[in-house]
Amino acid sequence: MKVGVVTFPGTLDDRDAARAATHAGTTAVSLWHNDADLKGVDAVILPGGFSYGDYLRCGAISRFAPVMEKIIDAANGGMPLLGICNGFQVLCEAHLLPGALTRNHELHFLCRDQKLEITNNQTAWTTSYKVGQEIVIPLKNGEGSFQCDDATLAALEGEGRIIARYVGENPNGSRNKIAGITNERGNVVGLMPHPEHAIDPLTGPTADGLAFFTSVLNAMVK
Amino acid sequence: MALDTVAIAKANPDTTQPFAELGLKGDEYSRIKEILGRRPTSSELAMYSVMWSEHCSYKSSKVHLKQFGEKAVKTDALLVGIGENAGVVDVGQGYAVTFKIESHNHPSFIEPYQGAATGIGGIVRDILTMGARPIAVMDPLRFGPADAADTRRVLPGIIAGVGGYGNCLGLPNIGGEVVFDETYIGNPLVNALCVGVMKHSDIKLAKAAGAGNLVVLYGAKTGGDGIGGVSVLASETFDATGPAKRPAVQVGDPFVEKVLIECSLEIFAEDLVVGIQDLGGAGLSCATSELASGGSGGMKVELDRVPLRDATLSPEEILMSESQERMCAIVEPKHIARFLEICKKWDVTVTVIGEVTDGERLEITWHGELIVDVPPRTVAHEGPVYIRPLAKPEYVDRVNAEKVNVPRPETAAQIKETVLKLAATPNLADKSWVTSQYDRYVQGNTIQSQPDDSGMVRIDEKTNLGVAIATDANANWSYLNPYEGAKLALAEAARNIATAGAKPLAVTNCLNFGSPEDPGVMWQFAESVRGLADGCLEMGLPVTGGNVSFYNQTGAVAILPTPVIGVLGVIDDVRTRTPMSFDRAGLELYLLGDTEDHLAGSEWAYMHGQRGGKAPIADLQREMRLINLLVEGRTSEIFTAAHDLSQGGLSATLTEMVLRHSVGAIVDIENPGTVLISESPGRVVVAVDPSKVGALLAVASKEKITVTKIGVTGGSSLVINGADIPLTELRKAHTETFIKLFG
Repeated sequence: MKVGVVTFPGTLDDRDAARAATHAGTTAVSLWHNDADLKGVDAVILPGGFSYGDYLRCGAISRFAPVMEKIIDAANGGMPLLGICNGFQVLCEAHLLPGALTRNHELHFLCRDQKLEITNNQTAWTTSYKVGQEIVIPLKNGEGSFQCDDATLAALEGEGRIIARYVGENPNGSRNKIAGITNERGNVVGLMPHPEHAIDPLTGPTADGLAFFTSVLNAMVK
Repeated sequence: MALDTVAIAKANPDTTQPFAELGLKGDEYSRIKEILGRRPTSSELAMYSVMWSEHCSYKSSKVHLKQFGEKAVKTDALLVGIGENAGVVDVGQGYAVTFKIESHNHPSFIEPYQGAATGIGGIVRDILTMGARPIAVMDPLRFGPADAADTRRVLPGIIAGVGGYGNCLGLPNIGGEVVFDETYIGNPLVNALCVGVMKHSDIKLAKAAGAGNLVVLYGAKTGGDGIGGVSVLASETFDATGPAKRPAVQVGDPFVEKVLIECSLEIFAEDLVVGIQDLGGAGLSCATSELASGGSGGMKVELDRVPLRDATLSPEEILMSESQERMCAIVEPKHIARFLEICKKWDVTVTVIGEVTDGERLEITWHGELIVDVPPRTVAHEGPVYIRPLAKPEYVDRVNAEKVNVPRPETAAQIKETVLKLAATPNLADKSWVTSQYDRYVQGNTIQSQPDDSGMVRIDEKTNLGVAIATDANANWSYLNPYEGAKLALAEAARNIATAGAKPLAVTNCLNFGSPEDPGVMWQFAESVRGLADGCLEMGLPVTGGNVSFYNQTGAVAILPTPVIGVLGVIDDVRTRTPMSFDRAGLELYLLGDTEDHLAGSEWAYMHGQRGGKAPIADLQREMRLINLLVEGRTSEIFTAAHDLSQGGLSATLTEMVLRHSVGAIVDIENPGTVLISESPGRVVVAVDPSKVGALLAVASKEKITVTKIGVTGGSSLVINGADIPLTELRKAHTETFIKLFG
């Protein structure tokens, strides 16, 4: 199975995402923002970073990159798509997911080991978890506060589309402690914390993040 | 201003020139005229003035710094030594590592965010320029008193600037220091370290060789920022009127630098450059003259080709501009098409601005008119050298004669109060408020970061080869005895590498001092350099490069002498490192090393307003034996944890160990009034499984290091001689200081 990892100018966690996908047993394929070619991949990860310098708004320019046109089409056709951190911001800007990520409520960049509760294991990226499972993976961003209108929030809650919540103190002011959400179909997931930095306790706080990447492998094998 | 050309300079030899305003002394100006055989053009004057500034020419420090070469140990590990952008060290398995610290002190006082951000940007480009992929940064910082109004102004901006730039580059921040002292008010120290890794064959040098090769400028366009930043800011003491030089601080764009890094690494990977230099202090003046000097000397540059952000810039300003995120490469004509193609892929602005010639002069034209015609070595390397007068300041003998008189914790109540006070004092309090603003995870190779003794990154995922780096300075000791202070800082940095089990390999430094025109400051500097050079020779560690920052002084008040020493070490398998703390009960705690009544310059003395007494004398032979013990303890799997003792002594070390994984300890020590607070160098606390005690004692005996059992791990308190300090209470004291001050 081939997982594409997109590099925009300013992307930072692309090699980490590729490493995580490889650890999970998939083949990572590098995709360039300016190529309108998905190289036959079965799933795509939009990694973290500061694509296009986060000019204008986080993710606002990246959504117009040539590669995104193909990715949006493929995602609408059911291809698994995971946006991590800046990738989540791109997915919101591309309207593949609702809401927006705004400045952390304490107005600082925040890097910490964050406890999450998995609240939906029916998406392409979460089947390897149990509902209610608590995991610890790094959170690191300046604009990670998930915001949306009341109607959207009610829909996300009502349809079980919140896939992970922060446990304990709300680190960034996200509504309902939302750390990640999915689309109606369950193939597109946006997640603010970084599972790709938690695939080995040697370099991360835990190996709790690896299951995001094994999940997509399982989803495709099925 | 009308264009001043070489022809005009020859025709009008008597034109009055503003050399003094540009920071040149009368005799320096005369020497330029002697070199050129005429008066310089205004562009030449601009170049000489920035390149002969203290910051670029090291004119006051050169005569002392040469000891690093003269006293150097012979080592095959040093692949590139002092003089290039950064030294390069062989770490085995075909890998080479380059690392360096630089200061960005003055700009960070004036504009904290941009000053600190461009400090990171500059050192990262130095590392990139060697051909290496930057893999981590560290930031030793010093501020005025934590509760001072100006500290509240500069600290949040500097932290945000370090994080804002480093985070955007995708470089993990793996350590540093945050130290407060009243002498740094008005003169905060922002030192930035970067480390990079490459294969031996990828090393790049700053040289323009081969007539006909092209001089290529790529990266950001040139603007009016940072003009005179080097000469005006870094080489001049602030006066009482305070910051008014904002336009001289550079403004950085980390996104442009990130793209420049990836673009450059792709260019390097295809071996498309003959030589390369980044544009930092002194901008194009520095890059062109250094590249030309590094080659045969001949270079022609058409300055009007330089892409500008501001079309009104004069040639003098273009030569002096310190606009960030620019690189200058020497490229063979046969490679230029591919070079341009890679730049286009990354949307990086690139322009051929000249070519290497077989002459010996750097010639720069402006729309066809010759405005610079100089022997480049006279600009880059043959600047003035000063033997500044130096004299031992009167304070030294006076403060050395003082006796330290501080409360001694003897009773359980006093012990508890002392531990909590030390845990909460700003210099020793938890720094998470700072480090949580830095990304420590990016690149996925970080093994250790703050609050560990050293930063450690893996450089090979298959073999688990890694490097560890620590930076240290003890300015209190340097104030009392700058010679020993430098040696002690070296020993501490090396020990911080070794506690994890890494083997120290090489040294870099950032020497922060007051005005070199003050003979007392110059004495502090000379003694520090002598101490560091002697220490490196004794420990067998080469100095790979460094940086000097003078004029950290407001009026007559100089900062404490602050030589920040960075030590790089190598570890063959990062999976076997010794962590700084224990995560289980039932381990035995041992203190390695000897404790004497060393309170002079200690944190406890500082907290009681005392700065007198005699600094410890460094025993580097013992330090090396301790390092051997620590490395062997790691490879023989003796230690479960090891943590260095430094500021705050045993009290601070135990506090950090028990809080790390919330596992307490029961400790009994003799003479707590000394042992709890003394800062005797050369000590480490280790935690060992009871089954390993015999092995520990055997190695310690072989290395002749004193071993004292001090307690066992376990429980939910730190108990010292019966004083019960619940971890919840200790954690509150340790963690709330920064939140109260800056949160």
